[in-house]
Amino acid sequence: MTDATVPPAPTPPRARSPWPARRKAIGEFWFTFRQNRGAVIGLVVFALLILIAVFAPLIAPFGFDQIFYDHFRTPPAWQEGGVPQFLLGTDGIGRDVLSRLIYGARYSLLIGVVVVVLSLLGGVLLGLVAGYFGGKTDIVIMRVMDVILSFPSILLALVLVAILGPSLMNAMIAVAVVLQPHFARLARAAVRVEKSRDYVTSAQVAGASHLRQMFVTILPNIFAPLIVQATLSFSTAVLEAAALGFLGVGAQPPTPEWGAMLAADREFILTDWWLATFPGLAILITVFAVNLVGDGLRDALDPRLKRS
Amino acid sequence: MFRFLLSRLALIVPTFFGITVIAFLFPRLLKGDPVLLLSGERGVSPERYAMLNEQFGFDRPLIVQYFDYVWHLLGGDFGTSIATKSPVLHDFFALFPATVELSLFAVTFAVIIGIPAGIIAAVKRGSLFDQGAMGIALAGYSMPIFWWGLLLIVIFSTTLGWTPIDGRIGLRYFFDSVTGFMTIDALISGQRGAFSSAVSHLILPTIVLGTIPLAVIARQTRSAMLEVLSEDYIRTARAKGLPPRRVIGVHALRNALIPVVTTIGLQTGLLLAGAILTEHIFSWPGIGKWMLDSLSQRDYPAVQGGLILIALVVMVVNIIVDVLYGLINPAIRYRS
Repeated sequence: MTDATVPPAPTPPRARSPWPARRKAIGEFWFTFRQNRGAVIGLVVFALLILIAVFAPLIAPFGFDQIFYDHFRTPPAWQEGGVPQFLLGTDGIGRDVLSRLIYGARYSLLIGVVVVVLSLLGGVLLGLVAGYFGGKTDIVIMRVMDVILSFPSILLALVLVAILGPSLMNAMIAVAVVLQPHFARLARAAVRVEKSRDYVTSAQVAGASHLRQMFVTILPNIFAPLIVQATLSFSTAVLEAAALGFLGVGAQPPTPEWGAMLAADREFILTDWWLATFPGLAILITVFAVNLVGDGLRDALDPRLKRS
Repeated sequence: MFRFLLSRLALIVPTFFGITVIAFLFPRLLKGDPVLLLSGERGVSPERYAMLNEQFGFDRPLIVQYFDYVWHLLGGDFGTSIATKSPVLHDFFALFPATVELSLFAVTFAVIIGIPAGIIAAVKRGSLFDQGAMGIALAGYSMPIFWWGLLLIVIFSTTLGWTPIDGRIGLRYFFDSVTGFMTIDALISGQRGAFSSAVSHLILPTIVLGTIPLAVIARQTRSAMLEVLSEDYIRTARAKGLPPRRVIGVHALRNALIPVVTTIGLQTGLLLAGAILTEHIFSWPGIGKWMLDSLSQRDYPAVQGGLILIALVVMVVNIIVDVLYGLINPAIRYRS
């Protein structure tokens, strides 16, 4: 048995980088996601919106607060009385509707991102702590979440804005507070499932601290439902912030936020259809696109979560 | 079942106290003097200020004020509205029927269209109807309903003149409120045209308020149906030659509807809590519009009381839904 004396071939150093595995996972995810035609369309529309938001100053024919004193409530270009330079008409004080819509994309995306980041951070932190420690900590945190959830979200947001004062930032904070219990509940439920798994026990036995177990061991494994929830919250955030803008307590004039645009020209909407139609359509298209992506993500990332 | 109910009620107690904390703190967190905010006064003499201060108890420690507040709540004293000078509880119950009426119409609308649409979409999975219906449902789910309401008003009220713009009934009808439900009161009054006027005022708000529940119900019915249709017992039912209508209508639907019923209940709770946007757009004199008006008029006692009452409505409806869920789902009933 001379073979035994042959030194074993040196095993190649194990790839420490998780990237190849991750790339494979991303490849699989993309394969599933691509099957969903609606999701791909939603993603394309959403990408276009990002481009519009980023390059707003280059795309928009005029500034969002540029006033044309000769053109109050000019109809869209194709309608009688329309002017070619104002494609979608002008608003109640003579500003180009198209330009304001284009700049408005910036606000809607900003609202979505800020609200999702705030509520995701807050909710996941609370959910992780509640699910990981359990016991009294869990009870206290989850009862507070129950309190938040027992109010209709728009009402609680209105009350918070009444306390903080009407502004876009405060509206975003209010919506984030209202949305974060959903993240907290989701994170808590997922943590409780993961905590009893062997890999967490082994991390614990190996001496990982509470913080390490929570954030390094468990957190990466509960990402899938959180990503789906984040997408859904993005669309809710855009809708709720627009509603607050519409009620006059969100973005303030002359900010071209779509909800606030609807509110500003509300007195004219019965006569001048374009003033109400386009901002609302912009909100609908944005939210619809994000929800299409969310549906696709859910099917691709987490087959256990069902369409509802 | 009784223990199940008890455990649910036990969960409510801490939540209720959490809600009272929020309502209690709300006027104290606002910028400005809480005495003036709660009394609705703008500038008062020092004597009157001292009197009001004592009346509201702001001179006492916060914790004492809180327990005093809760004590009054438990005794049914929800404060006095600045705007109407009447007890908040009274105002609430005067307006609540309008919200209930609108909510019931909206939920009925959503169920009548949503469930059949979901069933057909599931049975004809992948068909043009399925794709179309689910596309529309997602669009409905994405709808900014304040805009949807304005759009419908522009099309059906101002352009076509088919429906009234706002309110609950035409101005020329006047009768005493018996039930608080305009449609029923109109029938009782016996006035010609009153009932159809009340119904015509309900059409657009019903559609607007029902849009999102409709989308949610349709999507959920479809997914629940799809899941059930792939079960073995459905295959068995088909294999033994039952007509498809019976397999789908009896065997599948009965199980598929269990989660849907829960969703319907939870949606109803949310609608009863006051459809702020819909009521605002259609000037519908319900709880949602009342809260919005109270906030903008700085009628803070009304906001405080309203917050608690609304949260109570949501909690009570959620418990009813839980109990119903236990009743229709034997798996839950026997486990507890």
